[in-house]
Amino acid sequence: MVKPIITVEHLFAQYGDTQVLKDVNLEVNTGEILVVMGGSGSGKSTLLNHMLGLKTPTSGTIMIDDVNIFNAKNKQLRNLRKKMGVAFQGGALLSSLNVADNVRLPLEHNTSLDTQTIDIMVRMKLEVMNMADTGHLMPSELSGGMLKRAGLARAVIMDPKLLFFDEPSAGLDPTTAVELDELILTLRDAMNMTIVVVTHELESVFKIADRVVVLFGGEVVANGTVDDIKNSPDERIHNMINRQPNTHRDDGEVYFNRLLNKDKD
Amino acid sequence: MNIEIEKYNNYQVIKLYGEVDLSNSRSIKLDIIKLIKSKNNIIVDFTHLQYIDSSGMASLVEAFNEAKENDTEFHIVGANGSPLQVLQLTRLNTVFNLADSVEVVGNNG
Repeated sequence: MVKPIITVEHLFAQYGDTQVLKDVNLEVNTGEILVVMGGSGSGKSTLLNHMLGLKTPTSGTIMIDDVNIFNAKNKQLRNLRKKMGVAFQGGALLSSLNVADNVRLPLEHNTSLDTQTIDIMVRMKLEVMNMADTGHLMPSELSGGMLKRAGLARAVIMDPKLLFFDEPSAGLDPTTAVELDELILTLRDAMNMTIVVVTHELESVFKIADRVVVLFGGEVVANGTVDDIKNSPDERIHNMINRQPNTHRDDGEVYFNRLLNKDKD
Repeated sequence: MNIEIEKYNNYQVIKLYGEVDLSNSRSIKLDIIKLIKSKNNIIVDFTHLQYIDSSGMASLVEAFNEAKENDTEFHIVGANGSPLQVLQLTRLNTVFNLADSVEVVGNNG
């Protein structure tokens, strides 16, 4: 049996009075691509932020590589973060540094490798991202797709065991989106990475996912293979897949209580 | 990670075992470069290598460059599994001289 590298148990999170995650439970197995899918406001970005340790939950635990990230010691977290790479939605490059200097940052901070070795690693990763000869460019000179690929180059510069990718294909033209999906599959296969992708792009989900977790209103409403999701009898998932507007409505009593702010649950 | 160095005809063969990563890639590079500076032809044997990360590959690029500057041969043999995929992913398979085995290179050099 494959051992999970991430285990999320009974995770609850709220912003103010709003419950954003409600009893989320999931596992990510070593070597798989797990896609967390959901519409706007479904809680998927909140879940990602909790997995990255950027947010503290109301209750619940997240174990990554046998470390409980919410009560780990600083040294444990530092060691864990060296095994994790994060590609943020817009690339999140530092605007004052060129592409190469952005990509090399994690190596400068976390290793004592020779400068020439780091230079070669940076050029190698840019080559993999199909961005050869762009190291001298500033982030402001890059297209949306290039920003994402540069962000991905930085995320994988340390060859992490675990890669988180927020909305890899959002806002990209279809060809560039497909290229990024291919890249994600190649990284998993060649570098043995475990990859968690957060997205609402269906084409991407169906192409890359080994397993899909669907969030709706902060709850996990499905957890299975792409075929499981496609064949789900759940109307909310059916509507999402068929790009139908959400017609699910709470019943009258729940609505009434909400109007009177009576019941926060 | 384990490394064995032995002679085969006109070559020094560096056999890599286990995993090459950030923790050991620099020392492996220095070992190989030392041999190159002594004008040895090099075969790096990947047959028993299970994993090599980007720092390992970059270190081998540096060693390969050193070999060119010293006018010595530099070959990688026996790449398979994940290390072969990394060579292909990084397109370094187009950079290095690759062969199936030590014998293929060593008996023809």
